[in-house]
Formats: sequence, structure tokens, C-alpha cells
Amino acid sequence: MKYLDEFSDPVLARRLLDQIHAATTRPWAMMEVCGGQTHSIIRHGIDQLLPDGIEMIHGPGCPVCVTPLEMIDRALAIAATPGVIFCSFGDMLRVPGSGRDLFTVKSAGADVRVVYSPLDALTIARDNPDREVVFFGIGFETTAPANAMTVYQARRLGVRNFSLLVSHVLVPPAIAAIMEAPNCRVQAFLAAGHVCSVMGTSLYPALAERYRVPIVVTGFEPLDILEGIRQTVVQLESGTHEVTNAYPRAVPPEGNVPARLMLEDVFEVTDRTWRGIGMIPASGWRLSARYRSFDAEERFAVGEIHTDESPLCRAGEVLQGHIKPHECSAFGKECTPRNPLGATMVSSEGACAAYYAYRRLDLVEVGA
Amino acid sequence: MTTVDFSNWTCPVPLRDTPNVVMGHGGGGAMSAELVEQIFLPAFGGSVADLADSAVVTAGGARLAFSTDSYVVKPMFFPGGSIGDLAVNGTVNDLAMSGATPLYLSSAFILQEGTDLAVVGRIAQAMGLAAAAASVRLVTGDTKVVDSASGDGVFVTTAGIGLVPPGVEIGPRRARPGDVVLVSGDIGVHGVAVMSCREGLSFGTSVLSDTAPLAGLVAAMLAAGEVHVLRDPTRGGVAASLNEIARAAGVGVSLVERDLPVPPAVRDACSLLGLDPLQVANEGKLIAIVPPSAAPAVLDAMRAHPLGAGAQVIGTCVAEHPGMVVAQTALGGNRVISLPIGEQLPRIC
Repeated sequence: MKYLDEFSDPVLARRLLDQIHAATTRPWAMMEVCGGQTHSIIRHGIDQLLPDGIEMIHGPGCPVCVTPLEMIDRALAIAATPGVIFCSFGDMLRVPGSGRDLFTVKSAGADVRVVYSPLDALTIARDNPDREVVFFGIGFETTAPANAMTVYQARRLGVRNFSLLVSHVLVPPAIAAIMEAPNCRVQAFLAAGHVCSVMGTSLYPALAERYRVPIVVTGFEPLDILEGIRQTVVQLESGTHEVTNAYPRAVPPEGNVPARLMLEDVFEVTDRTWRGIGMIPASGWRLSARYRSFDAEERFAVGEIHTDESPLCRAGEVLQGHIKPHECSAFGKECTPRNPLGATMVSSEGACAAYYAYRRLDLVEVGA
Repeated sequence: MTTVDFSNWTCPVPLRDTPNVVMGHGGGGAMSAELVEQIFLPAFGGSVADLADSAVVTAGGARLAFSTDSYVVKPMFFPGGSIGDLAVNGTVNDLAMSGATPLYLSSAFILQEGTDLAVVGRIAQAMGLAAAAASVRLVTGDTKVVDSASGDGVFVTTAGIGLVPPGVEIGPRRARPGDVVLVSGDIGVHGVAVMSCREGLSFGTSVLSDTAPLAGLVAAMLAAGEVHVLRDPTRGGVAASLNEIARAAGVGVSLVERDLPVPPAVRDACSLLGLDPLQVANEGKLIAIVPPSAAPAVLDAMRAHPLGAGAQVIGTCVAEHPGMVVAQTALGGNRVISLPIGEQLPRIC
């Protein structure tokens, strides 16, 4: 696999860091939207190497973290239904719903299976025609095309025992919601490169113009992130607010056109609740009318399940960049990866989990 | 800035808030440790301090290493080996990590009704060949059959005994600040080999399991110099083993990430799945913690042995951050290497 060594080179990283240091004359706060970027920043210690004045605010771009609690509860209810085979990506299994997670339901006898592609779930449905097979379709624009393709194939092949529990959300409305928040400190965005590889960059200039913020499309390897930060700092220092692409090897301006056409066919825009943030209008997808019969929420009548968050958990403020994970009073006490109150502590891309996993040493030293 | 007290970070809920066993209890991480510490040790009268890959007991004037392990791997046959190879080599290695010369193994089979006898035969053949290669004898055993709804192919349990030479004292509490941390070769290989052919995940890779008996390598190391700790980083990987050592000895472990021998195919697979190579299982590697004066000779002895040719110094034990493992990243920052919690979960995107 190319692009790992080439984009992790310490010598080139040092050069980019020197350029960032040289360009920075005052404090700036920028948000990396994607949880994968958060994880990479913390894991590689990039935040420790930036100028003191550069603050990375961790955004709401972890698909696990923003899936609302009531959607997890709906998944748990479906998974616990006799005869159902419930399929999910691995890191959804430990996300806590109301007192349980999918692992717990599985241990009580439910047929919960980890799959690595939604098409695997469709295969399971075809192999088990007497069972209802449900795939938990969560995530941003990145994971949506594969889910759309699966539903498209299910309809084309007449696989009636397959359905999709849909909880897809969209990045641009979240950026707008963050910028509209009264206490917003974000001065620039590193846009999620993999989202843009699907959707292209055409939606971002309007946001950059409306909110006067630079938006830099950024990848995930250390050098990708450093280049994204460098381009952002250069714009902030010069007072511009353009959309630039620091991830051109994966992101053409038009994105992935066949994938976008598939998304337009299978999904339609809807209001979505984001865990810890609340409802953001027109910020997600649901199955379009042509494919609505594959909607697990309707098939299993779980749409009426509504759940409140733990009052202790401040994941919403973390997701919006208002506080850092360790500024939550439950962090490391009532809330750990072993006993997570919120999804930000569960997901491998969650900011709280990243801080717990990789930053405990610094926090000990701060407290010493 | 809010300060956080990390001195006593344990889950306040015993065994989490689940009344049932979940898969994470078998993952070799924090949940496995809690199961042992909160249910088995109180019932058996043991203590955490005694926990190692094998127990060293005295019988008839001899010091014996004694160990047992169960094998439930899926798929049962994978690139580079099988459940039969693991069942022998795994227990041989647990004995070797006490500095013992492994001698005798038992084998117990739980067979699911309907399993192809040819499969059972292949597993038995593999065990026989592995035992011969490890210079141990399979001397006793047992077989049970469960109905087709109660099992999953073949489960194998082996127990083993070995002789610990006089003067050899190896255990996790012996790590000291200043000690050097060595690994015998590429890490994460076995876990990636098994994952590469797991149902629904099969991906093309040249990686073969590293399953191998390590007693010969250990003997060569002990002949070269003093060794404080040996660990066989299987479930939970290098991360779990080093965290356990750090906690047992009350030392910190400081790693240099760029010195970790992670082969490109393992790194690529882990990058694809969102896994950390440090948390991926190994079946033919060891971690050694040795005093600095002995490190060069022990490292040379490792590299002179076929199963230690890729041995590397990966870090040191330190007085700072006791009980924690911290790695210096390739870019110059640092990160904590955590004990895995339960199952490794591939991430969504």
C-alpha cells in the first residue's frame, strides 16, 4: 500500500512544522472536522509539535460519536428481535445505548455479526432467506455510497429480507451549525478529505464566503495533516478565506460522480439529530421513496423510541469544540473507554477516547 | 485547565454492568484481567502478583513450570499454521517464558458433532509435528463431543510442564528502571495472518503466521546473560504485555515508535482496519526485559538464533510514569500505549 511511508516521513514533517512555526505570528483556533484526523493528530503527537498559539479544536466528524442515543436504542431493539441477524461495523458494537450495547445484546443470545462491508450483510440475507437481516448504516458521506449500493442491489435482486437502519449525516450543515453557535471560536476548518473524495468540494466555497473562514481539504497521514494546517495558517495570516485542496491525490473537485448519482437515487435529505448536539435541519439522509421499503426503522416500528442523554456526559460540547475532553468532570472518572457515558469515549475516532488513550501522560504532568 | 487524577483509573463497575460474559472478556485486555482478578483469583485463592505466562512450582526437589491454555481460533487453518500448531507452540512458549525447558504436554479436545474427521486428523497431525519440532511429548489427553448447537468446530486445550534450571529467576516484577526492552522480531504478524482469511474480511496479504516454539531461543538468551522478564505477547499484543509488566513492577516503559519492527504488510493491514499493530497478537515472538549490562550480549544471542534474527531494542524501563507505557512518536511527540480493553474493533471509516 503506497502513501503511508511517503506521508509519514519525519524529515519532511519537520520541514512542514518549521514552515508552520515561521508563518504563525498570533494565536489561531482551527477545527479538524473528521474524527480520523483527530485520532491521527493525537496519535502522532502533532498537536504537541505545533506553535503554542495554534489550537486544534476537535470537530464532530466521528460517525460513531454523532449517532444519536435513540438510534443506538433502536438498533438494540431490532437486534434483540427473535429471528433477526443484525450486522454492523465493529466499532458500533461497544457504543452504549440505554444501559446496554450490541455486545451485551449479543451475549444474551442475539445474532449480532460484525461485517466489513454492507454488501456482506446482503450476502448473509441471500444465504438466510428465512431470517430478517439488518445492516446498521451509519456515518458521513464517506460510508454512504456503499450503503446506497447495497440497498440498490437488494432492490434489483429482490432481496426482501434485507433492510437498512439509516443514520447518515452530512458535513456541510454541521460546519454551518458550528459557525452559527453563539460561543463559536473556530477560525478555520480542515475539511474531511474522504468526505470530499465522494462529494467533491463544490459545497464549501459558499460556507467559506458566508462565515469568512478558510476551509482546507485535508487528508489523514501526518504529512497530509501538517500540510492542511500549513495552508490554513497561511490563509489566516494573510486574511483570506478560500477553499483549497491539500489532498489532491484523493479529492478531485467533482468528487466521485457515479457515487454521487447513486446517493441521489437512493437517499433524500432529511433533518437529523446528532448525538450531543441536537437536531440540525437538512443535515442527513434517509432512504428515498423508491427504497423506503428497505428502511429497518419502519419495518421494525422502532421510530417511536426516544432516549435522553446522560446528564453527566458533555460529549456534545466536545463535539462542537467548546471544551476539550479532559475538561469534562466525568472524563477518566465515571467515563472511561471501559465504561463510556458517551460515544466520544467509545469510538476509536472519538476525541475523548483519543485523549484517554494517548494523552494521559501530559494531563498527569499538567496536574502534577 | 482541569486536572485529572489518573492514579487509580479502574472501572467502578465490577466486570462492567453486564451480567453475562461478552466477547471482550476473552480479548486478553483489561476485561480479561478483571474476569481473572474479580472472579477466579478470589475463588482459587491466588494473587495478581503470581500471574505470569506459567506458574513455577516445586515438586520433589525440582522446579517445574506449569501452564495451560485453550485454543478457539477461527478459522482453524490460516496462512502459516493451524489451531494445532498454536495449541502446542502456545503452551510451549508459556513455559519458556519462565525460563523452563518444556517437556510434556497434555491435549484435550472438545469436538462439535458433525465436524469432518479429516479436519480433526489434520489438527492432530499438526500437533504431532509441532511437538516434535519443539522437542516435547504429548503424553496424555481427553476428548469430548458436544452437540452441533453447542460448539464451533474444534476447541483444543493443552497443558504443559517443563523444568526450570537452577538460578533462573524470571518474572514480571523483576523489571527495573534502566532495563532494556527487547523484542525478538516483527510484531503483529500472526493477528494479521488470521484476520486476512477471516470470514467477510479476506484481503490479499503475503503475511504468514509466526507460530513457532521459542524455548530454544530462550535457552540461547539465558546462556548469554541475565534476563529479568520474558513475555509471550499473544492476545492483546505487545501493548498488553508491556502494560502488565509496567504494572507488576511499578515501572514506566518508554518505547521509541520508529524502532518497533512492524513489517509493511502488517502496518498496511492495520491502517486499513484502524487497528494498532502494538495490540495485534503474536505467536512466535517474545519480549525480554534485561539489565543494561546484559543487553548487548542477549541481543547478539537473539540475532544469532533463527527465531530472533529480527530482534530489536524498542525501549527502556524508566522510573517516570510508573505503570504506564509511553511511546515517542516518529514525529517527536509522545503517546500513551494503553492496555487494550476487550476485542479489537475494526473502525468504520
